Amino acid sequence: MPHDAPSAQQLVESVREWLERDVLPATSGGVQFHARVAINVLAMVERELEVGHGQAAAHATRLAELGFATDDELAAAIRSGEVLDHGPQAEAVREAVWSGVRDKLTVANPKYLEGYFATHPVDDLHVDASDGRG
Amino acid sequence: MSHDDLAASLSMVLGGAAITDLTRLTGGASRETWSFVADSRPLIVQRQRGGDVRDMATEFSVLRAALAAGVPVPEVITASTDVSDLGAAYMVLSCVAGETIARKILRDDAFATAREHLASQLAHALAALHSIDPTTVPSLQPADQIQQYREVLDTLAHPHPTFELAFRWLHEHRPDAGKVRVVHGDFRLGNIMVGPDGLRAVLDWELAHLGDPMEDLGWLCVKAWRFGSDKPVAGVGQYDELFDEYARATGVNVDAEVVRWWEVLGTLKWGIMCIVQAQAHISGFTRSHELAAIGRRVCENEHDLFLALEGRW
Repeated sequence: MPHDAPSAQQLVESVREWLERDVLPATSGGVQFHARVAINVLAMVERELEVGHGQAAAHATRLAELGFATDDELAAAIRSGEVLDHGPQAEAVREAVWSGVRDKLTVANPKYLEGYFATHPVDDLHVDASDGRG
Repeated sequence: MSHDDLAASLSMVLGGAAITDLTRLTGGASRETWSFVADSRPLIVQRQRGGDVRDMATEFSVLRAALAAGVPVPEVITASTDVSDLGAAYMVLSCVAGETIARKILRDDAFATAREHLASQLAHALAALHSIDPTTVPSLQPADQIQQYREVLDTLAHPHPTFELAFRWLHEHRPDAGKVRVVHGDFRLGNIMVGPDGLRAVLDWELAHLGDPMEDLGWLCVKAWRFGSDKPVAGVGQYDELFDEYARATGVNVDAEVVRWWEVLGTLKWGIMCIVQAQAHISGFTRSHELAAIGRRVCENEHDLFLALEGRW
């Protein structure tokens, strides 16, 4: 790699730390909420930079063992009924898909896997239909 | 329409009332919402935004029917789809005071008493809403939710194996069609107004349709709408509480497995909606890191689908 230190992961980490240290305490309301969202996004990118390559390889292996090259192919096979709903093949497919979901959560929101759901700022600002009446 | 023009037009549709304190509130994607005072009475006006093709007349007929049926809702003061009045279809509603933000309702001390009563109050509001005679709102349409979200997902062209597994399970376990009732369609925390004493009003009726009333119970329990709480019913109550109170109010026993089916469909729907929201950013329609981040919440719904279907495949 032609790049000097810090690594991409360390660069992202430095921005996240600045947001946490300086921006959060200096802001309030909507800007602070969006700063929290930004911190979560950067932490997610850091985790993906750390484990993403390994996950991609493991995912390709899982799919290949089932005879598929991509998630799109597997999704189409489940939809068409080519993959059965019951029996050992169905179980193998579900096990593989579940492993992929766990990998995605390991990057997106690891606490979700432990039964804690609130790593994102828990708020409903993101939910589209609340019109703030009252 | 400018602020002053809107004030003048509101005065016109409200019989010459003096309009003061006209203030734009944070709006949804399909509506523009303002608060104002008309001759000392606090009111709300919602104007339909361009691009929303739904018929607002259906929504205000449902609101009126809901009020008549005893559902706590804002009163429709005046409403019209005639765009010559306010430049767009609109409804003027009574202003109901309270809180809609889920985080506050679930965590603030001010709502401790409300949290104790809310599950039961929601059950009774649903019972009243499901008692509406569907023939009184003839413009309401039945909606096949599976078909609808199948089409949304296909349009997005982001296939997910988990979603395909869920679609197959839903097809295979589809409950017998129940009695067709008026269904709210988005009955959950975030769309209800809550005061210190509990439920004040059920809001956001634009997704109302005809269907199985159990859809509303299932959607209310989808994990995303618990906002981090461990209690299944809107983050405030247990299933039995909702089912027992609903049965008491309607005389209809609730089949927990049917509600579960709708909860699974609801989880799938919200998973697909997460893709939609992220696409709003990616496509450039609304650039926002918040929307972008929602794209990475799809896997939470996939996780919840596996959890809900464990032992049921």
